[in-house]
Amino acid sequence: MTPLTPVATRIRWAKRIERAFLGVAWLLLGTLAAVFIGLFASMLHTGWTRLQPDFLLTFASRRADQAGVLAAWVGTLVVMVVTAAVAVPLGVAAGVYLEEYARPNRFTALIEINIVNLAGVPSIVYGLLALGLFVRWLGFGASVLTAGLTLGLLILPIVVVATREALRTVPPTIREASYAVGSTRWQTVWQHVLPAALPGILTGVIIGLSRAIGETAPIVTIGAVTFIAFLPPAPVSPSFPFVSVEWIWSPFTALPIVTFDWTSRPNADFRANAAAAALTLTCLTAAMNGVAAWLRYRLRRQLKW
Amino acid sequence: MATVTHQPRRPWARWREHLIEWLLAGAALVAVLTTLGIAAVLVGESLPLFRQVSLWSFLTDTAWTPLFAEPRFGIGVLLAGTATSSLVALAVAIPSGTILAMYLSEFAAGQLRESIKPVLELLAGVPTVVLGYFALYTVTPFLQKLWPALPSFNLLSAGLVMGIMIVPYVASLSEDALRAVPMSLREGAYALGATRLQTAWQVVFPAAFSGIAASYVLGVSRAIGETMIVAIAAGQQPRLTLNPFEPAATATTYIVQVAKGDIPHGGLSYRTIFAVALVLFLLTLAFNLAADWVRRRQRLRGLGQ
Repeated sequence: MTPLTPVATRIRWAKRIERAFLGVAWLLLGTLAAVFIGLFASMLHTGWTRLQPDFLLTFASRRADQAGVLAAWVGTLVVMVVTAAVAVPLGVAAGVYLEEYARPNRFTALIEINIVNLAGVPSIVYGLLALGLFVRWLGFGASVLTAGLTLGLLILPIVVVATREALRTVPPTIREASYAVGSTRWQTVWQHVLPAALPGILTGVIIGLSRAIGETAPIVTIGAVTFIAFLPPAPVSPSFPFVSVEWIWSPFTALPIVTFDWTSRPNADFRANAAAAALTLTCLTAAMNGVAAWLRYRLRRQLKW
Repeated sequence: MATVTHQPRRPWARWREHLIEWLLAGAALVAVLTTLGIAAVLVGESLPLFRQVSLWSFLTDTAWTPLFAEPRFGIGVLLAGTATSSLVALAVAIPSGTILAMYLSEFAAGQLRESIKPVLELLAGVPTVVLGYFALYTVTPFLQKLWPALPSFNLLSAGLVMGIMIVPYVASLSEDALRAVPMSLREGAYALGATRLQTAWQVVFPAAFSGIAASYVLGVSRAIGETMIVAIAAGQQPRLTLNPFEPAATATTYIVQVAKGDIPHGGLSYRTIFAVALVLFLLTLAFNLAADWVRRRQRLRGLGQ
């Protein structure tokens, strides 16, 4: 036995432990992948029979094999239009203010701490804000407008944070060049900084919307109805005044609400529908996340100043 | 013809600059107004309840039966359900999130890490109503094969799926914290003959701990506020239990359950959901502020290094 044997033993053990750790990590990755595949497989297995084109083209029905999600996906779509109309201007403006204008003072600190906190407020609390403020106090009812405002406020922190990060990647030389030719601050922001930050902002907006599209709790609490057999009024009409905003007052249903309703029904007939609706919803969010990831990837590659 | 002489600023241009700055600041103020709105609505709508029910019995009563003839209001019952499902979720999310973060930051090759991260984000993007479906119809039947006495609604499978939902958050935020640790610390450890795991566990992990702790605290706040998974898979009867093998309602489940029925404005049930939401809001507020505080402290320490 040489004097170095104990050291060699320790090294051997350290290496064994390291291999064990790597094994655990791979096992975890494998488990997560298995869960993810299991999630899809179970939805596909149960919902397969209902995944026909007419599932997307028919209204809800009391008979499970005739119920479709037409009103739900149209509802989701129009709510998302309002959500984007609320969250994008407010979020981008707030982000621009914090990154380009705000001086480090109490007002700025107050806003920042609020954004951090709002990002962690449970979505159901937003639902009760909407129930108290928009539905009862302002009298908007369980309408597309209420849902859009609620989800818009919910994803506001995501858009603000994404906007700030995108603005930070724009190098100061762009701003200096603009100031050097005599532009004002707003001209600099509007004509040079925002266009340069646009892809990053867009990525954040898509991530926010893909979060909003799957949110169920806040729109269940405002009292959105499950069973709807009509579509909101069309935004364009052949007669004067050609455009109408009637649709924002329309009652609505949405994909997550329909999924929730079918999932929590005691009779088993609707399980296939629940699976099919869940699959539709998941594919929609996955597609949006995919677009966001692709944008970010392209962004990183093209970022050469 | 363009003249490149110094142009005197027209007064209205300066005015416009100021107006725009105020508008942007107004947009940023929306975050503060949202927080104030949430607080005002929750306190305003639940206050009448506390004229009928003393705060003491609200906090200490051992039954939650607000809709019975002889109502009792012990929020502890709902919080017990919330705590149990959250503990199960964190028991899954914290160890696996930490191990994955350590693997991704210290072991995985760059290419592999870049391809695992979007997959994790995809998992975080699955709508929670879909995860609820998964918990009820896939995970619970699977667990019942191992444990036949398990009821079809239970806190265990809701908690497990909630944990899987939280893993990506913990992993991603912890990985950021681990990666922010300066390379010189790792090099110092390698120079002393430490293995990669010893370096990761005994040097990098402690150095990044405040950032990692912030991700844990955020995970807790996610678990407390999560709604659809528990509303679908954990059962809806409020009962005072810390046993994950039983069904029980959580705070968020109760809100969804009551809000789903068309509740009369101003009634007792209407008041109770705002009171429950107020408790949730305060709890998550505390956790969010704690996470922010921990993270700020780390950033300050990071500057000193």
